Order: sequence, then C-alpha cells, then structure tokens
Amino acid sequence: MSNPLLFAARRSWVNLRNEVLVLPSRVLALVWVLLVLLVPLVYGDPYVLRILAMTCIFALFAASWDLLAGYAGQINFGHALFFGTGAYTSALVSLRLGVPPWLGVCAGAATAALAGFAVGFLCLRLRGSYLSLATLAFPLIATGVLFAFPDFSGGELGIGGVRSLALSRTANYYIIAVAMLLLVFGMWKIADSKIGLVLHAIRDDEVAVRAAGINTTRYKLAVFAMSAFAAGVAGALYAHFLRVAGPSSLEVALSFQVVIWGIFGGVATIYGPVAAVFILYPLTEWLGSFRAFGELRLLVFAVIVLLVLLFMPRGLTPWVRDKIETQCPRCKQRNASWRSACRLCAAPLAPTAAARA
Amino acid sequence: MLQDILITGLVNGGVYALLAIGFSLIFGVARIVNIAHTAFYMLAAYCFYTLLVRLHVPGPIAAFASVGAVTALSVLCYRLVIEPVREHESAVLIATIALALIFQELMLYFFGGNFLGIPSAVDGVLTLWGVSIPYQRLLILAVAATMLVATWYLLYRTRLGLAIRATANDLEVANLMGMNVHRVAMATVAISVALAAIAGVVVAPVFVVDPFMWLTPLVTMLAIVVLGGLGSLKGSLVGALVIGYVEAITVFALPQGAFLKGAVALSIMVLVLLARPEGLFGVAFEEER
Repeated sequence: MSNPLLFAARRSWVNLRNEVLVLPSRVLALVWVLLVLLVPLVYGDPYVLRILAMTCIFALFAASWDLLAGYAGQINFGHALFFGTGAYTSALVSLRLGVPPWLGVCAGAATAALAGFAVGFLCLRLRGSYLSLATLAFPLIATGVLFAFPDFSGGELGIGGVRSLALSRTANYYIIAVAMLLLVFGMWKIADSKIGLVLHAIRDDEVAVRAAGINTTRYKLAVFAMSAFAAGVAGALYAHFLRVAGPSSLEVALSFQVVIWGIFGGVATIYGPVAAVFILYPLTEWLGSFRAFGELRLLVFAVIVLLVLLFMPRGLTPWVRDKIETQCPRCKQRNASWRSACRLCAAPLAPTAAARA
Repeated sequence: MLQDILITGLVNGGVYALLAIGFSLIFGVARIVNIAHTAFYMLAAYCFYTLLVRLHVPGPIAAFASVGAVTALSVLCYRLVIEPVREHESAVLIATIALALIFQELMLYFFGGNFLGIPSAVDGVLTLWGVSIPYQRLLILAVAATMLVATWYLLYRTRLGLAIRATANDLEVANLMGMNVHRVAMATVAISVALAAIAGVVVAPVFVVDPFMWLTPLVTMLAIVVLGGLGSLKGSLVGALVIGYVEAITVFALPQGAFLKGAVALSIMVLVLLARPEGLFGVAFEEER
C-alpha cells in the first residue's frame, strides 16, 4: 500500500469531516454535487437527462447573473445578450469553420466576454435603475441586427444543424454538468475572495471604494467580462445541446427569467440562483407534463414565485440558511442551529431571532 | 413620405407619452420599476375587446368600464402584492415581472394566442396635404393630448398633484409634513395605470390585440423614460416624441426598417446615455447613501 495515497485519502476525510459535515448548508451542497454527478448512472431516462442538462445550463446562467447583479450590484436586465452571443458565436464558428464543439464553446465564451466588456464600458457611468433599464436594450438591438441580416444569422429560424458536444447522451450530460460545476465553484471562489469583497463594497458605496484608492472602473469591467464569460459558456453549451441557436436565446423573456431565478434564490450568494433553477426549472417542466397544467405552466410558475416572495422577501436560500444555521455571537462563525455551543470557540449560542420566529 | 413620417411619429409618440408618463410618475413617487405597466395596457385592450365585441356593449361605455376595471385591479394588485414587500426593492421588481407574466398567461388561457381585431370607434379617413389619416388615429392623438393636459392640470394645479410632486421630491419630508405617503403612492398607482389603460383602449383598434402585445411597448417605454430622465415628466414627453419620430423615420426610410426600428430607437437611447448618464431632463443627483 502506497503511503502518500493513504495519507491523502485520510487528509481529505478529515477535511470532509471537519469542514463540510459540521454545517448543514455544506452537507446540502455536497449532496447536491453528488446527485448532479450520480443521478445519470442510476437513472438514465433520456427525458430526465435532458431536463437535468437544461437545468445545469440555466443554473450556470443564473449564477453568472448573480456575480454581476448580486455581488457588484450592476442589476442587468439584458443578461440574455451574453447567453445569445455565446450561442450564436459557437454555432456559427462550428458550422461555418467546422471547428470541434469544445473550440466553438471557447470561441462563444470569449466573444461573450468581449460583449460583456463592451456593455460594461458603455454602462460605466450609469447607476441603479438607469443601468437596469439601459442594459435591457442590448439584446434587443442584437435581435434587430440579426433579423436584418437573415442570410448570415438564419433570421427567425436561427442556425440549425449545430454539432452536438459528444456522441452519447450521457457523455453530453457529463460535459455540461462538469462545466457547470467547475464554473459555478469558480465564481463562488471569486465571490468569496478579495475581488468579491471589493465588488460587495462597490455595490454598497462606490464613492467610498474609490476614495479608498481602488480603481472601481477596472473591477466593474472585469466583473462584466467574467459574468459574460460564464453566461457565454452556458449559451454555447445550450446551442450545442439543442443543436440550434435561435433568436429565443436573446429574448426579453429569458432576461426576465434569469432575474426571477436570481432574486427567488437570493442575491449575492451564487448558490441561491443555482438552487432556484434546480427547484423551479424541473418543477415547471414536471407541471408541464400534466395535460391540465400544460398551458398554465408559466402561470403556475409566476404564482409560485409571487407567493414564495410574500413569505421570504430576501429569497429562498437566505431564509433556509437562517433556519438551519446560527451565527456565533463571539467569533462570527456559522454553526448548525441545533448546537448549544459554538463549534470553534465554545461560546454559548443564543437562538437567533430568525431561528425563534 | 415626409407627411407619413410626420403623422405616424406624432401618433405613436402620443401613445408612448401616455405610457411613459405613467411609468415615470410611479417610479418618481414610489420608486417602483413597474414592469407590469404595459401589461395593464394589454389588459385594458382585452377588457375593451370583451365588452365591445363579445358582449356588444356600446363603445364609450365599454371604454370607460375597461379603464375603470383595470385601474381598480391595479390598486388591488398594489395592496395585495407590492405593498407587503415594499422594503425589498428586488422583491418588488420580480413581483411586477411575475404579475405581468400572470396576466399574459391568463389572457393566453382565456382568449388563446390569436390576434384579435377590434372595429374602429370612428371610421373613415381625413385627407390632409395628400396624406390620408384614418379618423381612429386622429382620435388617438386627441385622446393622448387631452390626457396629457389633464395630467399636467392634476399634477400642477391640484392639492393631490402637489402631494404627489412633494412625495416624489422627498418621501421622508413629505411624510413629516403630514402627507399620507401610502395613500399618495396608491393614488399615483391608480393614475399611472389609468393612463396606460386609456392608451390600451384607444390603440386597440389600430394595433392587434394578443397576449404578447405588452412586450414591445414595454421596451420602447423603458427606453423613453431612460432617455428623458427617470422620474421627469417633461423628459418622458420629449423622449416619447423623439422615439416616435426615430421609429417612423427608420420604418419609412431604411430598407429592412421594420426589423431595425426597435434597434435604432434603443441605440439612440444608448448614445444619449453615453453623453448624459442621467437622461435628457433627469437631475444629476449626488449619490444616495
């Protein structure tokens, strides 16, 4: 038995026990990752796989919106622009130039990042509602241009016959799921790092951040490009998965949809919008499979969102997190809500107002 | 062609002004970005259609009844859905999006996705300098002008208008001066939705009525209010005329113009924002803290 291997295994187990299993929210995240990776092995139904793959794509898309809107406070109403740019670029590149899909996805993501940079540049001086309403315009301008050049863009039908990512259905799913997990964890890491701290500060008081000697322009452009990059990957995966890139990937409804997912899940969390997509998307698909509900699917979706918001105005995940975890009054670390003493500094934990309510 | 552009731009600009001023009012007073604004416009058109075509109610009564019903519905929605989550800005935002989707889906369910036609209230055309203008379009123009003047009178010559402007200017101080800001906000919601509903009723015979008719004017309206300056009524009016004319010029003068009209109008908005981030008539305020 090789010793380093045993050592590594042991160390990761200790890490798992001490860092993940002690907090219910981390356990939930672990269970979610395992489910995303293992479900197709156990349950290979093509319909379920398809829904799951779409859920992963939209989860990535919603998380990218949250990085921009939740953390940096640049509430973007035109996020579909980046999704559509990714989809159209990767479809055009792989169809016209015949490059393999993975290169197409890279090209799509790069073009989307450029688009994000451009939008960020144009919107640098705009604040608050002005920014939201102005960004709404960009995907519509793009749609207008696409429709005006139907030979190039396929017009209303879009670009069909895009190559799929891999040959088998399961491989297709795994490419999407792994890309989603990597990028979502990457964004979560960014949001948790010093960059995330600066973005938080920009959202709360940009003047103060500038006064502290931080170049907010650079940070804002960077977050636009990063968020657009992730959204572009989602769009490119979408085009290769459905094998068509159409104007529906740019429409207002998609931009609004991602705003709903983001706020429903809870902004400035990254995991919130992901959770919202994993709950709402399969739910609406499942409701749509009933004949009586088929036509009312969007209606039911909107009513659910409205009702949940009336009870949890800050979104779903902050509400759940307050229920299952408390913050230690002394060291500010999070603890499972059933503990009576802090797991790190052993200070007694008073039940918080949120947990009592 | 020039006359076509002049007339079309003026008529569309009038309709846009009705929508944009209502939206601007509600944003100024209650800080609500009401995405459902044009959904109420769609509801009014459907209501008018039902009363006029299905139930054969005489035109004027149907028009007043639909405006009244939609306004009442908006106040109800405000009380039940928006007011409970007022402190959470993002929650208000998606509540209005959800409301708009609910209205759209309900109309889709009850009326189907087909285009519905409504007969014009007044038939015939007026020929002026070689351009034939249908009377319905003149009616739209007249109604828009009347409503704009009425709104101006309400805002600048009545006590309610004074309260609305005071609340828009500074909510906290208005509250301290003894104005019931909740009631003022509610009155503003009613006025603004009534303007949208009137627009919906008068344009219904000219445009087609379908469950998705709220999306295009929504985007145009948002472009107008951003162009003119959020919360500024003069800006909304000027912005509406600018966008109305830009759209008319694009449609009549450019090849593929019908596809590009939205894109050109929105590009103009982006260009104006690059030069003046607070819009044409917006006030550049110190950052709020």
